[in-house]
Amino acid sequence: MKKNRGKNSQGERDTKKKWSKIIKIAGISGYAVFLIVSWMVGFEPGKEISYNFGSFSLDMLKVLPCAFILIGLFEVWVKKEMVERHFGEESGVKGYLWGILLAGTVVGGLYVVFPVAYSLYSKGAKLSVIFTYMGATAICRIPMTIFEASYMGLKFTIIRLCVSLPLVIVTSVLLGNYLTKRNYEIMKGK
Amino acid sequence: MNYLYIVTGIAVIVSVIANREKTRKAFEIARERVVKIAPAFVAMLVLVSVVLFLVPDEAISCYLGADSSFQALLLASLIGSIILMPGFIAFPLCGILLTKGVLYMVLSAFTTTLMTVGILTSPIEKEYFGARVTIIRNATCFAIAIVVALITGIAFGELF
Repeated sequence: MKKNRGKNSQGERDTKKKWSKIIKIAGISGYAVFLIVSWMVGFEPGKEISYNFGSFSLDMLKVLPCAFILIGLFEVWVKKEMVERHFGEESGVKGYLWGILLAGTVVGGLYVVFPVAYSLYSKGAKLSVIFTYMGATAICRIPMTIFEASYMGLKFTIIRLCVSLPLVIVTSVLLGNYLTKRNYEIMKGK
Repeated sequence: MNYLYIVTGIAVIVSVIANREKTRKAFEIARERVVKIAPAFVAMLVLVSVVLFLVPDEAISCYLGADSSFQALLLASLIGSIILMPGFIAFPLCGILLTKGVLYMVLSAFTTTLMTVGILTSPIEKEYFGARVTIIRNATCFAIAIVVALITGIAFGELF
């Protein structure tokens, strides 16, 4: 019974994906046709939009390859397992440090982080370390940070990290300690 | 932007010297990632090119620029809290908006709330952490984002 339901929702998701793909392709090809026709008949707004598109694309392409090469190098050289091994074993300041390092290697959004947080919790990591880890995944994932610095400048990134990281650690410790006192438990989710 | 090329160049050279095979793998990962993100990227560029044509530069600098920095800050952080957008799309978009005169602190509020506050993901978060902790965490992160944005504004000379 359960298996069947899973299959159905899988199928639904596939059709949904297919439709969003069709809409995307239709939209982009419609856009391309519009630009070409605009150029042929000399329609000014269309021409201007194509200038926009061209200059934005050029700006993006100047940065994109470098950013992704750096991300690739990072993924090859920093092994997630190595960080995970140290996590939880170390206590005190080192625990937080490894928490932040582990966070740096995460790929994906917040929804990926919740299950990991639970598994860390069930392995006996401290609540404050777990909250630090969660906060850090949001603010200092290395691939994201590389991307940010590439497009917004290093100064922007450094300010953001220097301000947000200490604040995240302090609030995580406060929240963690408060909840530990109240015998709080992280649930398994659904 | 030049330092990006320099850093990448040095990183690649060091990596090649250390291990040629691993470097090749890194380039493969990079290529895979580019291919994976490309459709969403093109879609973003298409939308942005149209929207920025329809919305004149003056309107952007009026509503998101120096003249109304605080409203813009609040608006940006609210939008960032609600919507879901991968960072690989968000940062390039912010890079474009930057050239259009949107303030650093507004973009900082947007990206930081985007990454840390998740109103749409809160139902999932609630199942793991309970409603109270979910609310506390999101509210704290929102406050942190505002602080980060204000300090960014000060550092870039946009506030005083």
